[in-house]
Amino acid sequence: MPDVFFTSSPHWGAYIVLYFFVGGIAGGALFLAGLLHLSGRPEDRPAVRAGYGVALAGALLSGLLLTLDLTKPSRFWHMLFQSNTGAPLLKSWVPMSVGAWALLGFAAVALLAGLGALGEVRPDRWKRTAFLARGLPGGILAVLACGLGLFLAGYTGVLLAVTSRPVWAESNLVGALFLLSGVSTGIATLLLLRRRTGQLPITTDWLVRLDRRLLWLELVALATFLWSLRPVLDLWVGWAGAVLALGVVGAGIIAPLMLELRSTTRTGQISRAAVLVLVGGFLLRVAVVAVSSGVYSSGAGVAGR
Amino acid sequence: MPEPMGFYTDTTVCIGCKACEVACKSWNQLPATDGGCAGEMSGQSYDNTLKLDGTHWRHVKFIEQFSEDRSDGRWLMMSDVCKHCVQAPCLDVCPTGAIIRTEFDTVVIQGDTCNGCRLCIAACPFGVIDINPASNTAEKCTLCYDRLQVGMMPACAQACPTQSIQFGPIAELKQRARARVERLHVQGESRARLYGADDEFLGGLNSFYLLVDEPEVYGLPSKPVMPTRNLKPSAIWSTAAAAVVTLLGVLGLRQRRMEGVSAAREDEHA
Repeated sequence: MPDVFFTSSPHWGAYIVLYFFVGGIAGGALFLAGLLHLSGRPEDRPAVRAGYGVALAGALLSGLLLTLDLTKPSRFWHMLFQSNTGAPLLKSWVPMSVGAWALLGFAAVALLAGLGALGEVRPDRWKRTAFLARGLPGGILAVLACGLGLFLAGYTGVLLAVTSRPVWAESNLVGALFLLSGVSTGIATLLLLRRRTGQLPITTDWLVRLDRRLLWLELVALATFLWSLRPVLDLWVGWAGAVLALGVVGAGIIAPLMLELRSTTRTGQISRAAVLVLVGGFLLRVAVVAVSSGVYSSGAGVAGR
Repeated sequence: MPEPMGFYTDTTVCIGCKACEVACKSWNQLPATDGGCAGEMSGQSYDNTLKLDGTHWRHVKFIEQFSEDRSDGRWLMMSDVCKHCVQAPCLDVCPTGAIIRTEFDTVVIQGDTCNGCRLCIAACPFGVIDINPASNTAEKCTLCYDRLQVGMMPACAQACPTQSIQFGPIAELKQRARARVERLHVQGESRARLYGADDEFLGGLNSFYLLVDEPEVYGLPSKPVMPTRNLKPSAIWSTAAAAVVTLLGVLGLRQRRMEGVSAAREDEHA
């Protein structure tokens, strides 16, 4: 029996699954906004602003979910500062510790970039912050957005790998898988918001093309992930496996790929594909968290011979 | 500076009386399961607490090894506890600094610092830690840190009637344990072996065991590892994925630009 089966579940449930999902969307949106700011065209600005907005909302929601998940929520700040001295606390080798600081930085970048975006669209009221969307300040924020966005989308998978639990500790691909899925769900969110945010077709086409490539990559990453779990593959026999096969691969990857391949111009299909990508991204996190959480310590009981 | 202290548990003399469990609960004021109401029996031999967790810092395991017709067999009993690893995964990953190493080389969770993120539970290779619903923080054996500070021995070791649980300086305990293994071998118990007494894994365990079967039979991992061993390869794969995503995004934008230029040229020619 693999050693990971002698461990206990940390009881990470709905709040953590939701955080992994929301963090992925927010990370993907911030990355896309930063990339479009740096390499896009003026026509992409509505998507840049939407990306910063989604990222800021996602960062705030992420902080709330993480705090609610603690069994002592009032001590959330212990993640960042030593409780006895108030000095900053960072363990560079612990993804949860680095992630707490990264989420703080992420929120700050999203807030500043969001203020810059407000200055762009409402110069009458937010004139003073418009400089954050242009020139060197805008460029620096965009570079930080790309880095922090990708980090937030993927570090949650690395966090799971740095445990002793079944499935999580037995593959080093959860981080890469979450990152690909996170950017894909970020794209889906921007596509769903495209009408409300005034996104132009030229940006929509680029997002759809990129999403198609990411979905193929996610499929390859998922297959490699399962291949790396060969010794404990039977853990997927059950509802978690069904969610992974039907919900993630079927509904979340294959179906949107078919919709997007059929047509990139029909708006209804783009929206349907985006909804399916979001459902698949959520179910991926449900399946990965649940398949391990269901395994309890076998360190007790009767061993017959 | 006091020398490293710990437990040596000789499972061959454990009689499964659970005095250690009771003494631990009593001294540490740990609540009973379901408020002490008699619930259903587990059906797992004489074991109804089943595992270590936030309110069970000691747990006596009952392992029945019988032939199918039950004409031959034996009982294995083992009082399990936190291993107070020399390289402790829980201490290594705790993001709040709540888990500390004491002057006795033991590992203790500070209840007033823990915020209940539960990463230590997922990191422990032995399934030792869990949340105590009374305090809402992660808890486990402290090796009676409060008693050690005033020169007393841990409650479980003091209560053990057969000296299955022995407490003392680690170096002295290891000598005693090795001599016991040799004696058992001479007496014909060739399966006797020590678990965690050397630095083969996690730098050694400050609570180590004398077993008479494979560790897995006792619900112990054969070669526990530090969870942070996965950090580098996981980070490399994630960084590679991030690079590919960035490249695809940039190439897509470049492709769009080139298509725009081509379309403009065609318009000019037309």
